[in-house]
Amino acid sequence: MTAPFDFVPIWTLILGFGVFSYVLLDGFDLGVGMLFGLAPDTASRNLIMNAIAPIWDGNETWLVLGGLGLLAAFPLAYSIIIPAVYFPIIIMLLAMVFRGVAFEFRFSDAEHKGMWDHGFAYGSTVATFSQGIVLGAFIQGFKVDGRHFVGSAFDCFTPFSLLCGVALVFGYGLLGAGWLILKTEGEVQARARRQGRVCLIAVIAAIAAVSLWTPLLDPEVARRWFSWPDVAFLSPVPIAAGLLALYEWRALGGPADAGPFAGAVGLFLISYLGIAISLWPMIVPHHYTLWQAASSVSTQAFLVVGTVFLLPIILMYTGWSYWVFRGKVRGDMGYH
Amino acid sequence: MDALILSRLQFVWVIAWHILLPAFTVGTSSYIVFMEGLGLFTGREVYLRISRYWTRIFAVAFGMGVVSGITMPFQLGTNWSRYADATANVLSPLFAYEALFAFFLEAAFLGVLLFGRDRVPRWVHFIAALMVALGTLLSSFWILAANSWMQTPAGYTLIDGRFYPTDWAAIVFNPSFPYRLTHTVCGFFVTTGFVVLGVAAGLARKKQFEADGRVMMSTTLWLLLGLVPLQMILGDAHGQNTRRYQPAKLAAIEADWETGSRIPLILFAIPDQKNATNHFAIEVPVLGSLILTHDPNGTVRGLKEWPADQRATVIFPFFAFRIMVALGVVMLAIVLTGTVLRFGGRLWRSDWFLRICRWTAPIGFFAVLAGWTTTETGRQPWTVYGLLRTADSVTPSLSTADVAISFAGYAAVYLLMFPAGFLIMRRLIRAGTGAPEAEPPVEAGRPSHPVDALPIAGPQGEPL
Repeated sequence: MTAPFDFVPIWTLILGFGVFSYVLLDGFDLGVGMLFGLAPDTASRNLIMNAIAPIWDGNETWLVLGGLGLLAAFPLAYSIIIPAVYFPIIIMLLAMVFRGVAFEFRFSDAEHKGMWDHGFAYGSTVATFSQGIVLGAFIQGFKVDGRHFVGSAFDCFTPFSLLCGVALVFGYGLLGAGWLILKTEGEVQARARRQGRVCLIAVIAAIAAVSLWTPLLDPEVARRWFSWPDVAFLSPVPIAAGLLALYEWRALGGPADAGPFAGAVGLFLISYLGIAISLWPMIVPHHYTLWQAASSVSTQAFLVVGTVFLLPIILMYTGWSYWVFRGKVRGDMGYH
Repeated sequence: MDALILSRLQFVWVIAWHILLPAFTVGTSSYIVFMEGLGLFTGREVYLRISRYWTRIFAVAFGMGVVSGITMPFQLGTNWSRYADATANVLSPLFAYEALFAFFLEAAFLGVLLFGRDRVPRWVHFIAALMVALGTLLSSFWILAANSWMQTPAGYTLIDGRFYPTDWAAIVFNPSFPYRLTHTVCGFFVTTGFVVLGVAAGLARKKQFEADGRVMMSTTLWLLLGLVPLQMILGDAHGQNTRRYQPAKLAAIEADWETGSRIPLILFAIPDQKNATNHFAIEVPVLGSLILTHDPNGTVRGLKEWPADQRATVIFPFFAFRIMVALGVVMLAIVLTGTVLRFGGRLWRSDWFLRICRWTAPIGFFAVLAGWTTTETGRQPWTVYGLLRTADSVTPSLSTADVAISFAGYAAVYLLMFPAGFLIMRRLIRAGTGAPEAEPPVEAGRPSHPVDALPIAGPQGEPL
């Protein structure tokens, strides 16, 4: 590159941070939404809803930042990947409409509350499943010619991407259970602990399946993980994943309130790291590196100035809004 | 070609519904700040009641705005990937700054505004309302900067069909931006103003809420007395800007095919795109030059100066503009009538006027949609005016069936969601400014629990 200054590493970090923040924050939101559908009565559903009502909007904003960050920092990747996952993206967005409006609509429209409750639970599930398909399709790669995706909009539906969809449903379910354990007590919390363990078993199976399948799909990934000496450097990743899974199992058993959520976050972090190691330095797998897909230096510079200044401020006031609603949630929380 | 047309229709569909929400929330959030502030400084209960009332309605509108807005940044990728690829270097930071400056601010403080009244001191709650309102304005700033750049691009170089930034100040503060920003935001305030006026008129006619309705109506009428004429002045300035930087668009708006001076103002006509002429035209001599150039002898360029494939489809901007102006005249008439009645001391006794206010409550939304249609269809056939064609912006991999399916999905979901949201807001409006807080809060406004049985079973058949 002939650029006077290379902003690609910092943009990789910012985007990586943004996407991971989204996965964590909306992950537990969506997970709570799915578990909401399993709650046995109105009182516990109200409680579960109130555990995320004041914060869901901020969590979903990270999705916007992720999409726009990709467009801004790596526009070539954006204009290839998004058309390639046309249907999962649009299904996700439509599912999120149902999910998002349910918060206000069920409060204000009691006689159709059942309908909005369904919308909330199924919307959360479908949105999560779609995101998993996007992830799976992304790992597999796309048909590209020049600067365009040239495959069909249905290419993204493969056994591998559907597996990723199922995996993410249980993954977000685990995060959601962790959040509910943190924010509730009594019967709702006890149920979340049991649901968390079911999710954890599925997550462990899914991580194992994806970890074995990915190197089979791509010899380059296999070489990276299994050749000497890489295997020595990278072996801590699966070992850490195993230890985290063990910790998570025990934490879900109680009595810790924060442990299950922390463990779930750890599992997501290690999986995220694993995917990053497999794909680095490609942003459009098999076709374009981060550097090849980057926007102009002037673009990255103009945006980095504000981002580096604004992100800490955003984290501060977002943290403050979580602080305002700290502690266990109550069913009778004052609304508006 | 069909994927192109369907993609355009899909974009129209999602953005037309979406713009109704900011048109309301930008103004309402400021109105809530205004009322919260008055309540905080005067300590009068009435302002607090009004603020709570509008916050309940705002919450529903804002939620719908968020979910229909998240779609927008992905639309650029799903359906307009070549546009995204070509313009990202210039436009993407503007979009990203909208998220960084505005969306997070709105989202974080919205939770405190809606749920935190009892958890934070009153002044902090006021600050939260202020931050949400600031967020909506910052959002307008950045998204309209990006939109304006597409209308009047500046500060770029074009290399191999892709735009590269050369001057960021020129990009953000491009020629049409100040006019578009002020005209749009003022339009949003006016839109909210008429909603508040209509709702207040409805409340003022009921004994129970009479006092609150009058406070709302009185303050809003003053506000609109300033804003509606201001909006007309801003609109005229915006038109002058369009004449200078987008003359072909202005010619399309006016259906002027021939260049000339002392041109008439066409009140009504059926424009004939193919033969480049108008039928059944009703014209006022010389007025066209006078309005467009502020000079009876002024010259206005006609559409025939541009090749046929560089002209907008005239009927859309032509009629949309006329609808917008007509609605503006109606709004001015209402505000002036209300003011005359007020000074005559007859406002609260004029039931016919209160009824008119009720019926015209949504007038601003139609004006916003008409104005938006004018500016966006007038920009055609370009996405970046004069430089990037709409036909060259669409995602190349999409088939007609792909877009037909997605459009059907958007159509079905929005047709369910938006009317439902509208009915819910109408119910909240009709419930009046009382205090639903006295009732079980999660059942706001509804005294009973009509749905107690669990309607949802888990995929495993029973709850885990």
